[in-house]
Amino acid sequence: MAIKQLSVFVENKVGSLVTVTDAIASTGVDIRAMSMADTQEFGIIRMIVDDIDSAKEKLTEKGLFLSVTEVVGVAVHDRPGGLDEAVKLLSDNNINIDYLYAFISDSKKYAYVVLRVDDNQAAEKLLSAHGLQLITEDDISKM
Amino acid sequence: MSRYFQREMETMPVEQIKELQSEKLRIQVKYVYENVAYYRDLMDKKGVKPEDIKGIEDLHKLPMLCKDDLREAYPMGLLATDLKNCVRIHSTSGTTGRRVVAYYTQNDVSLWEDCCARALVAAGASNEDVCHVAYGYGLFTGGFGLNGGSQRLGCLTLPMSSGNTDRQIQFMMDLKSTILCCTPSYAAYIGEVLKEKGYKPEDNHLKAGIFGAEAWTEEMRRDIEKNLGIKAYDIYGLTEISGPGVAYECEEQRGMHINEDHFAVEVIDPETGETLPEGSKGELVFTSLDKEAFPLLRYRTRDICVLSREKCSCGRTFIRMTKPMGRSDDMMIIKGVNVFPSQIETVLINEGYAPNYQIVVDRVNNSDTLDVYVEMKAEDFSDKVKDITVKENKLRSAIKTMLGINPKVHLVAPKSIERSEGKAVRVIDKRKRLGITI
Repeated sequence: MAIKQLSVFVENKVGSLVTVTDAIASTGVDIRAMSMADTQEFGIIRMIVDDIDSAKEKLTEKGLFLSVTEVVGVAVHDRPGGLDEAVKLLSDNNINIDYLYAFISDSKKYAYVVLRVDDNQAAEKLLSAHGLQLITEDDISKM
Repeated sequence: MSRYFQREMETMPVEQIKELQSEKLRIQVKYVYENVAYYRDLMDKKGVKPEDIKGIEDLHKLPMLCKDDLREAYPMGLLATDLKNCVRIHSTSGTTGRRVVAYYTQNDVSLWEDCCARALVAAGASNEDVCHVAYGYGLFTGGFGLNGGSQRLGCLTLPMSSGNTDRQIQFMMDLKSTILCCTPSYAAYIGEVLKEKGYKPEDNHLKAGIFGAEAWTEEMRRDIEKNLGIKAYDIYGLTEISGPGVAYECEEQRGMHINEDHFAVEVIDPETGETLPEGSKGELVFTSLDKEAFPLLRYRTRDICVLSREKCSCGRTFIRMTKPMGRSDDMMIIKGVNVFPSQIETVLINEGYAPNYQIVVDRVNNSDTLDVYVEMKAEDFSDKVKDITVKENKLRSAIKTMLGINPKVHLVAPKSIERSEGKAVRVIDKRKRLGITI
């Protein structure tokens, strides 16, 4: 059920991000969502893309250092309190969130949240048991 | 296949070695006194005449030469013969100061090539081998030295020089190289690239490697042996004395045999200059015994090691030296603590990292700083910042345990630290550039 996320290690200096975005642009792969974690010296760019294999191949060819991790994607209502509902659920059930980022699509009805937790299966089970809709890779490519 | 290249010399009884050395030393001292004004002045100042040197036991009476003398005498102050008798020069890299240029007559080259051929035979080579020389060719002695030794032995010699790793691998596979000669850091790199290309250690035809010209640890030896599927031998030498082959390992690998028929060796206390008894740890001092163009008497190497005359099961009677425990040039004093790059390398390998690192020393607000940049392994990278900082902290405390000082550890992307295909630049000491006295 989980969706695949592409993480790229970059040095924290001018031009690092361009190398990544340029490589992805050249493949015609669409970035659906992304976030960046930064430290003084390096950054980790995390992305959800519509064609992970092509992106991975191109980035590797460019000599970039990357990893693929599974994350949980969940649709929440695009209204005040929508995110709170999901986060509270995880917190109440003792599931720690390492990080999350969100994106919206044309639909207006839902916002989509990408969650990085230690136990994907437990989180997914919990969220769907409480009526939240999980998103799949298929959904991503159709968005 | 013979076990020795020049059995008579290599297995000569110790008493005879001493006699031979005494005889050669008398001649060499007289030759230097007559032909090298710079050294004659040093002898005169010390009040030593050539006739005072009756045998090898009088070696300690001679004045010593250090790298500064060689720099001062640059370019020809220590040359003992006419340039028309010389056939080649080599030069040091000059990374620690002004270059040193060494001259060779045809006899000097032959003597040196014999030494390298001995090293090759000691590593199991014969004229049936394909010797892949990936040391740099040029002013650096590595390429030409091993090339000469290999040809002298009758191996098929591949003068690859360093660099162009793809081509190295193609030749290595197509021509079935059996002996690899290069710097240990380049051997490690070739191993890495072979692995990346999908080759297993048993896919190549290499059986042994002769690696020198830079400091390397036992851990690095094991790594290279595993990745290339070979036995790795150490070789020692310095341009000032001739080049690689001054000393080399035999199959026992318990120290390197010094070619005592050509070079007399002593260990001294680096502080007082006093000659130390065998088995003591101190600075190596070499005296050439039969060189023509660039003979050096009592040259201080700055390499710290221990000598052993203990009998070696390989049958060679030449004295053995331990791997240098550090070159005084390599030693850094950080926050008052003596630090050798090899200590940091040992920690990295113990912690599962490849020896791809760089050490940067600086002084900030009157306090020394130590930064260690280490390449992550591909499988170590996840999507979480925390995972990386946890690894950095683990490495930091392991280095602190080893050195007693706290470094800052930076994990960087694989292959982002520049690979040297000659000598690795492991240390950048920014304090020197600032003119700070350490």
